[in-house]
This record gives sequence, structure tokens and C-alpha cells, in this order.
Amino acid sequence: MTSYIIRRLLIAVPLLLGMTFLAFMVIQLGGGEYFAELRLNPQISPETIEQIEKQFNLDKPAVIQYFYWLKNVLKLDFGYSFSRMASVTGLIRDRLLNTLLLSVSSIFVTWLVAIPLGIYCAVHRYSWGDRFASFFAYIGISIPNFFLALLLLYLASVVGILPLGDMRSANFYELSALGKVADIGKHLIIPTLVIATAAMAGLQRLMRGNMLEVLRAQYITTARAKGLPENRVIYVHALRNAINPMISIFGLQFSSLLGGAALTEIVCNWPGLGSLMLEAVRARDLYLVMGDLLIGGVLLIAGNLLADVLLAWTDPRIRLR
Amino acid sequence: MEAVTLTRKPRSPLRLALRRLKRHKTAMAGLVVLVVLYVAALFADFIAPYSYDREMRKNSYAPPSKLHFVDADGRFHLRPFVYRVSFAFDEFQNRVYTEDRTQRYPIRFFARGDKHKLLWVFPTDRHLFGVEEPARLYLMGADSRGRDLFSRILYGGRISLSVGLVGVAVSFVLGLTVGGIAGYFGGWVDGALMRMCEMIMIIPGFYLMLALRAAFPPTLPSTSVYVMIVLIMSFIGWAGLARVVRGMVLSIASKDYVTAAKAVGGKDIIIIFRHVLPNTLSYVIVSLTLSIPGYILGESALSLLGLGIQDPQASWGNLLSDAMHVEDIHFHPWMLIPGAFIFVAVMAFNFLGDGLRDAFDPRMEVGKG
Repeated sequence: MTSYIIRRLLIAVPLLLGMTFLAFMVIQLGGGEYFAELRLNPQISPETIEQIEKQFNLDKPAVIQYFYWLKNVLKLDFGYSFSRMASVTGLIRDRLLNTLLLSVSSIFVTWLVAIPLGIYCAVHRYSWGDRFASFFAYIGISIPNFFLALLLLYLASVVGILPLGDMRSANFYELSALGKVADIGKHLIIPTLVIATAAMAGLQRLMRGNMLEVLRAQYITTARAKGLPENRVIYVHALRNAINPMISIFGLQFSSLLGGAALTEIVCNWPGLGSLMLEAVRARDLYLVMGDLLIGGVLLIAGNLLADVLLAWTDPRIRLR
Repeated sequence: MEAVTLTRKPRSPLRLALRRLKRHKTAMAGLVVLVVLYVAALFADFIAPYSYDREMRKNSYAPPSKLHFVDADGRFHLRPFVYRVSFAFDEFQNRVYTEDRTQRYPIRFFARGDKHKLLWVFPTDRHLFGVEEPARLYLMGADSRGRDLFSRILYGGRISLSVGLVGVAVSFVLGLTVGGIAGYFGGWVDGALMRMCEMIMIIPGFYLMLALRAAFPPTLPSTSVYVMIVLIMSFIGWAGLARVVRGMVLSIASKDYVTAAKAVGGKDIIIIFRHVLPNTLSYVIVSLTLSIPGYILGESALSLLGLGIQDPQASWGNLLSDAMHVEDIHFHPWMLIPGAFIFVAVMAFNFLGDGLRDAFDPRMEVGKG
């Protein structure tokens, strides 16, 4: 297992290097004028800018710049954001935590709702509840995240209980510790609901399908034939086997959430990696874009790897070599 | 399963699939919705009462026009009519619109209005319906500059709906070619091409989309923006398809008939495109339909964030960007309507795609040789 994980990571490294190299070149192609704003600032002399250029090796050809960047990344120094006058590493660290918080809470809600719903739909197949759930699933899959977010924010603005976006209230720093948690929790509700709705639909269908397949198995017939109560048949015998393949979805979901969460973050004004990426692109902030891209890629790889490892760990039939 | 009787002519797999599709209710519903949307977009300038950039600043954020049948004197009119509206600020500085009930403006069919070219060819000033100036017909309300949202949605459909088709076409040509070549030749060609795909797939799509956007200048003329969006979306989209097609081609290429074609001296390129790739067709059609929503959503997302189609040009995404000022939406909730159009189009494509998948049942079709 360990050797498998190491090999997977070793395969991923050159891919990431290739991708970041390409991205670096492509962004440079689009005209890398990082100092447009600084140059307009009368308080900063052209000499200072030249000095900064030298310091960050921006006067060298793009290929050389890439390797300087790479060298620093290995030391976990992602460069300097010229639009925000701060180190990219620090910026990303703050935002990464927020994104992870949102992802974890959405995954939690998704599983909490989708798994029981999937079981219910499989046990009561073709009932009205099942039909309603599958209709709901279609809506969940089809509704664009940004549209659902806007709809919920609109509802919130009409009802007036939940905050309209952002992560903290204006008076956040005056609140008690418990109040702070509650405040962030309140801000979490809408973005979590948005992301969970989309993810829930697919998960619920999968769970239903798995459960149906297991319920058709012969050992279920045997369990029923020997007179076990139906609840025991479903929740002990069937459920355990049906939920097994779902566990690998967990990791995949984690990585796919990143993409979906980005837009929701932006619409809900949630200060996460996705909104940081947008700001970086708008400000043409090379190092910030590169750092965000790299972290996004690393999280995706981690998620996919987690999926495979979890599956091998829960299913003894699968051996990773 | 069909019972195929021997007295009938044997049907081609495609005909059988189409027959199954026709019986698929939700797929047909999706198809009908899509036809309506695309026809509406195609004839946008005729159906829309106004041109997409026809402003009337006095009508900023005018609510959807009320269609009346009974006038101020209580008389009933068979032909619906609207009143002219004007606003005054209330004590909170919010616009409050009131109708001027003295003059009726009936809705006329084939009314004269803004000049346009029907289907980009026939110059005319007739519109499907409209009201006489100075009244305005706002079926779905007006935006900040008093432009008719319904008209703008129709024009926006031209961009939003066609981006899906064009983008999908580009990435499918790329995906099929690369997948076909990789699977057929194998070896280092395969390795190199697949590593390329993996490099693209290793970055979350949204982040990649934004990074690629950074490669283009912030402001571009509107036609270039369109091309740019198609390029970005296809660049992200082709990799996944190429990988799957490569896998299918790999299994098809080991079939006897391919060996036979090679033995007869067929050229590789011809074998790939004539004999191998057509066998992936059913999978490709399904996946094509199901991936169009991704392109529509990608365009919407870029335009929503102000990185795509720019005002005064309309697309469903940039129309929705007016609703991004969350604090103000409840004063003019109709600005959310373009999002409903995106939703409906995406859902229709999903319905149709699912129906196609059931009809083709790719698991049975793929690699039949």
C-alpha cells in the first residue's frame, strides 16, 4: 500500500510540473505587466520597481523565471502577490482553511441527507417518495450552482434571517468565542446548501442503485427466508455491502467539490481559494494565479488518491500494487 | 427488448435506437424544450419586441408589464393592452412605478419596431409583437438602463446556446482525433498524448478556466471574446473524451477486421477514421449531448464574473451578473430570470442525454465490430 501511494505521487509530480510550466508560459504570453498599477502610483519610483523586478527575477526570460519560481515553491515559498502586497503562501493558507471548512461542511450535509434518502428510495422503490426524490435529483444535477446560490441569497434577503454572503458579520471581532462560531456557522448555511444540493443528487442515485443491487443478492433472500426481521435484513445485511463502494466516492467528491465550490464561493462572497483565484486573475497577479493553480491541482490529486486508498482499505478484494 | 420478427426488414441499430428514444418521455420533453429555445434564439430579432441595446433610461428597472384586459372605465377588451409606466422615488429612495391609465397601448402582432435583419439576411422592421411608443412592453421587466430583459434573453440565447454546440464540436474533433491516434498506434505516441490529457485533467476545471482566461487581454472585442470562450472551454473539454475514446479504440483495434484492413494495405489514417472511430459513435453521441451543459455553464460562469461576454452584448451569464449585487436583488427579482433559462437548457440537455444513453445502451453497442 505504501509503495502504491508513493508511486502514485511520483507519477503525479511530473504531471504537475508540466502543467504549471505550461500555465506559467501561457500566462506570460498574455502579457505579464505586473506593475501597471505600481507604475501609476506616484509614490513609487521607477527605480524601486526595477529593484523589485530584479529581486523577483522578472527581468529574466520566462523559462528562467519558472525555475526560480519552482525553486522557491520547493521551499514552500509561493512568491509575492504584487496586487495585495503580501506573500502568496500566507494568502493561500488563510483561504485554503476557509475552502476546506466549506468543503467539509458540504460533504457532511451531503452524506447525512443522501445516504438515508438513497436507502429509503431503494427500499420503497417506485413509491411517490422515490419518484419525488429522483425528480429532485434531476433538478439538483441541472441547476447551476451560481443560480441556486443567487436564488437562496434572494430568499434570504426577503426573509431576512440569514446573512447575505461573506463569512463574518461586521461585528465579528466583538463577539464571544461561542458567538464567533455561531456567526461563521450562520454564514456557512447558504453556500453549504448550494454545494450539497448538487452533490447530493448524484450520491443519492448511486446509493439507491447500490442498495437495489445488493437487495437482489441471494444472501438477502436467505436472510429473509430464515426469518430475520426486515429491519435487520436491510440495515445490517444489505446496508454494509451497499455502502462499501460509496466510500471511494468520498475522495472523488472531495476533489470535484473544489471546482464546484469555487463559483459558489464567489457568488456567496466566501473568502476561499476560488474567490482568491478570481481576484488574482482579475489583477493579473502571476504568482497568486500560479500558487492557486498548484494548490488546486494538489488537492485534486490528494482527493483522487484518497478515493483509491479508502476503497482498498474497505474492500479486501482490492489490492493496490 | 424488441421482438424483431423475420418478416420485417432488418433495422439498422441507429433506427432501433431512434425508436427507443421516441418512446422515452422525458428525453422527448427535453428535445421539444431545446427546439423551442434554439428556434427562439435563431429568430431572436423577430420575436424580441426590441433590439438588445435599445435603452430607455427613464425606465430603469421597470417591473414586468402588467397585461390588462379591462380598462379604467371597466370595459373589456379582447386584445390585451399595457399602460405607460413612470416612477417616483419613495422615502427610501427606491423607485416606485405607477401606470398612467389615461391611454391604452394594445399589443399588436407584426408591429413595426427596431430595424433588424431576419436570419442575418432579410432587412425588416416587423416584430412578432409589440406596443406603440412611448409605452414599452416589458414581458420580463427591464434592466438598469431600461432595456427589455425578454429581448436581451432571446439575443443572449444566441451566444449561450451556440457556445455549447461550437465548443463541443471543437473539442470532439480534437478528442476523437487524439484518442483515435493514441489508441490505434499505442507505444510512445499513446504515452505522450495521454500524459498531455492527464496534465489538463490534473487541475480543477474552474481554476484552469480562470488561469487560461488570464492568458488573454482583459478586454477584447465581442467576436474575439466568443472565440476565446470556445477555445478555453474546448481546451479543457477534449482531454476527458480523448482518454475514453483511446480506451475504446484500443479494444477495437485488436479486432480481426482491423487486422484484415491492415493486411489489405489500408492506410492507417483511413482505418482510424473509417473503420475504428465509427464504432465509438453511440458513446460519442451520448457524451456529446451530456457535455454541452458544461460549455453553457462555463460561458455563463465566465460572463457572470465579467471575464466573458461584455455589455451591451447579451449572454445569459452576463445578464445574470446584474443579480450579483445581492443586497439589491429583492428590488428587482426579475433579474434572476436569465438563470432560469440556463437551468432549463441544462436540464433539457441532461434529459435528452439520459434518454439517448438508454436508447443506445452503449454497454451493448461499444466495440461490437
